[in-house]
Amino acid sequence: MGTSFGRGGATTFLQDLQHADCIVIQGSNMAECHPVGFQWVMEAKARGATVIHVDPRFTRTSALADVHVPIRAGSDIAFLGGIVRYVIEHERYFRDYLVDFTNAATIVREDLLDTEDLDGVFSGLEEGVRTYDPRSWEYEGHHVQASAGAREQPHAAHRGASRSGRAHSYGSGGPPVDPRVHRDETLAHPRCVFQIVKRHFSRYTPEMVEQICGVPEEQFLDVCETLCENSGRDRTSAIAYAVGWTQHNVGVQVIRTAAILQLLLGNIGRPGGGIMALRGHSSIQGSTDIPTLYDLLPGYIPMPHAHHDEDLDAFIEGASADKGYWGEMRSYVVSLLKSWWGDAAHRDNDYCFDYLPRVTGDHSTYPTVMAQLDGTCKGYFIVGENPAVGSANAKMQRLGMASLDWLVVRDFSLIESATWWKDGPEIESGELCTHDIATEVFFFPAAAHTEKNGSFTNTQRLLQWHHAAVEPAGTARSELHFYAHLGRIIKEKLAGSTDEMDRPILDLVWDYPTEGRIAEPSAEAVLREVNGWNADGEPLGSYTELKDDGSTRCGCWIYCGCTANGVNQTARRRPGHVQSWVAPEWGWAWPSNRRILYNRASADREGRPWSARKALVWWDADEGRWRGHDVPDFMATTPPDYVPPQGARAAAALAGDDAFIMQADGKGWLYAPAGLSDGPLPTHYEPQDSPVPNLLYTQQRNPVREMLVHPHNRSHPSGTEPGAEVFPYVLTTFRLTEHHTAGGMSRWQPYLSELQPEMFCEVSPELAGERGLAHGGWATIVTARGAIEARVLVTDRLAPLRCAGRTIHQIALPWHWGPNGTATGDAANELVGISLDPNSHIQGDKAFTGDIRPGRRPRGAGVRDLVEGYIRRAGITEHTGTEVRPRR
Amino acid sequence: MKITRWPVLRQVRGQDHLGRGAAVTSAGSAHLSARTASADRVVQSVCPYCAVGCGQRVYVKGERVVHIEGDPDSPVSRGRLCPKGSASLQLTTGAARRYEVLYRAPHATDWTTMDLDTAMDMVADRVIETRRKTFAWQEDGVRVRRTMGIASLGGATLDNEENYLMKKLYTALGVVQVENQARI
Repeated sequence: MGTSFGRGGATTFLQDLQHADCIVIQGSNMAECHPVGFQWVMEAKARGATVIHVDPRFTRTSALADVHVPIRAGSDIAFLGGIVRYVIEHERYFRDYLVDFTNAATIVREDLLDTEDLDGVFSGLEEGVRTYDPRSWEYEGHHVQASAGAREQPHAAHRGASRSGRAHSYGSGGPPVDPRVHRDETLAHPRCVFQIVKRHFSRYTPEMVEQICGVPEEQFLDVCETLCENSGRDRTSAIAYAVGWTQHNVGVQVIRTAAILQLLLGNIGRPGGGIMALRGHSSIQGSTDIPTLYDLLPGYIPMPHAHHDEDLDAFIEGASADKGYWGEMRSYVVSLLKSWWGDAAHRDNDYCFDYLPRVTGDHSTYPTVMAQLDGTCKGYFIVGENPAVGSANAKMQRLGMASLDWLVVRDFSLIESATWWKDGPEIESGELCTHDIATEVFFFPAAAHTEKNGSFTNTQRLLQWHHAAVEPAGTARSELHFYAHLGRIIKEKLAGSTDEMDRPILDLVWDYPTEGRIAEPSAEAVLREVNGWNADGEPLGSYTELKDDGSTRCGCWIYCGCTANGVNQTARRRPGHVQSWVAPEWGWAWPSNRRILYNRASADREGRPWSARKALVWWDADEGRWRGHDVPDFMATTPPDYVPPQGARAAAALAGDDAFIMQADGKGWLYAPAGLSDGPLPTHYEPQDSPVPNLLYTQQRNPVREMLVHPHNRSHPSGTEPGAEVFPYVLTTFRLTEHHTAGGMSRWQPYLSELQPEMFCEVSPELAGERGLAHGGWATIVTARGAIEARVLVTDRLAPLRCAGRTIHQIALPWHWGPNGTATGDAANELVGISLDPNSHIQGDKAFTGDIRPGRRPRGAGVRDLVEGYIRRAGITEHTGTEVRPRR
Repeated sequence: MKITRWPVLRQVRGQDHLGRGAAVTSAGSAHLSARTASADRVVQSVCPYCAVGCGQRVYVKGERVVHIEGDPDSPVSRGRLCPKGSASLQLTTGAARRYEVLYRAPHATDWTTMDLDTAMDMVADRVIETRRKTFAWQEDGVRVRRTMGIASLGGATLDNEENYLMKKLYTALGVVQVENQARI
């Protein structure tokens, strides 16, 4: 989403789904996983919208949809790519929108080679390091910076490319180049984006979709036609997805395909349109905006990579854009550094830019486990997460923890991540022995949401404040308390140190007021720092007020305005029923309380709504400003026909029709000339473990998928590779309404445990017959990573599919369980291997392969023997599934 | 009980045809009142499970949370909660919650309890020591100013303000391996 549109968040809000004429839900079981949000889909249906659910399983979402399309897990790009082809071949795209608001007309470099030219890979593939050199993907004659994704790059991936080529060559004013790129608005130029997209998807035919996805041609064409009929000037369609799209080693490109489709159809920035990302944790959007993530600083500023002689200017030049609001990045970074290091940060010391630690590669959660196993990483904080059963390859997670010097776990109850050293599966199997484990473990009881003040950012970028109702009992404390006091104690212990390494701690602004018996830090004080203030100490109202001269402070520029006028805007609770459907006075949404992003695109080039039925914001010529139902996502007084002067830069370089104001060219990206690690366009690759060969290209797997090679993380042979038949079934994971993620907040609740008491697997009657599985009986599911047992649920909800000329059975596994708590069971993550998306570093756990057999799994050391037997029979070695290009 | 007092007859004969009010009262239920009616105060909150962000009303009596229900004012949820959200009273007040700090020494076979201040102090010592032992100014000749000896996981269930303090403190310490559920 960030790469395509400019911001890494849902483009719309749940309530606006009611205005859609068609809603496609794919990669999500919304009715069961986001049931209360699903009411807005039902509102749309009641108003006449068509609801389409594309999913391997028939769920309650399918039951309430007009159409359920069963699909093979892991084939989403082929399905969506097929729709893209249909829209282009049948000229069903929204031409005016496409030409005005997307990069369809932009000309790409001559040396780009597409997957059509190279049998499934793009130009620039460097096999030795499993990366692409993306230079040939750029626009002709102009380098543009991506709004998200790979911006700050390690040298390995960009050797001699954009960074050394331009990063150090400009002063702080930015390069004085014309930000306009070469365009052909007839869309006929053979190297314009539109023609490249058309060629790229030309082989994603309905016949191919049927063979790859298992979706009959007729049903597929019905979906295409429904979507096209409900898009255009007067109608809009929305797409909703969840982790059924993200959790693949091509996850980002699945979402990119949906973005391309919605841009072609003109559905972004308009009421009833958009892409709704359905997230699964109360503030997972917030923890990405204010990131507890290794590669980001607050507000999607990249963490700096290690480079020779890097200073603040070089960092800004390397990661900011010439045009659009990322062109103001220096103001965002300087204001952040001032929030963190206060008076110690000033112009003469680069505002303490050097205090920031640098990254040198992927330091995400799975490489961290590898670092624990090799002894590099010695101390670990686990805060409201349960990796011992909740992360892929759960065994490696536990073995990583067993290699630590110390571990801190903060949670409500004794989750598996706190107790693996005394009762984990490796203790049972004899692989670990409690008194041999040297890890020191601290368990801190956490405070609940009812016991602390603070804000969550929900799935639609909406910050909502929750008020403390009572104080936490005993020594339960909030994370705010833990970290504020931990920081205070560390600062006190290091006071007086003259060691240069301690300066960032000693200079850190860390003076949060506390209140009450337990000395709880003031969450409002932290939120005020996040919002920021000006030189006079007055709260800022918007990120447009940020300065690059050190006179403003702001802890997260996209949240600037959340305490505008000194009011906690996130705590606003004007009842929804006395407001419009936008409900602008309930909470506060980033950025600038806008609820539908890119809403400039809801009006045409002249600033008029595309139709009266789909009006959202428009240009009011009399008042000389944009107006509408939502806060315009545009410069308020920039007219639609505005053309910036030569040499303008950053936000001032945006023209009146540049609806995507974060993008370096002001356009929605059908084609991504920068920012992605695995190609400028989405390409269908089979999952890491797949029962079928890739029918589109010789290239079986994403060539630049991230692999962690370890004896406990073996892959399966796929497609026609010998041994693939040992793991003949597709495995997919899912969630239930009654449990939450890895169970830490649900498996200990008697109500919820009674509703869903134990681990099970869903199989079709045909598969049950094939393998002798009895409904209600036990089954053992095996992969090269592990074996688990589950109760068998035989159901027509999971129908076998015809793919690549054969019958494909799918097995669905809820992943909530573990051995602790009230409702117990084996964890599906024992089965999942670690193969990562190279952009997001998210694991592919929605489609892999395995075997199923009747009966319970062996006890003790028997599990390992069973798994090793499978590994031998399939001929699996450390090289299985690790190739970049297939052997010829 | 007189036959005319049977709820089904009252439902058919009276005004309450849906059986949601007067028709289904009894001598016993007439004396009942909702926990919400006798609460000392109501606090507006947000459901802690998924990211829909349903509004909650938290009822407090005698400094204890006695009831949690959907907030009809919320334009997102309009008063509804799913089974998880409806169970959040049990999440926040149930018997499974722990209220003591526990400590497992290296090689020990069980937990011991520990007071909060001691545990905080010990964790601070370990952070300082591990950081000092593993701090690297350079890697492959390039400045990195960091420690790869410490990592952190979690944040998606926490408040923005908590994530902010975590990222700020870790970054100042030179800890880069900071991750949360957005990655899973």
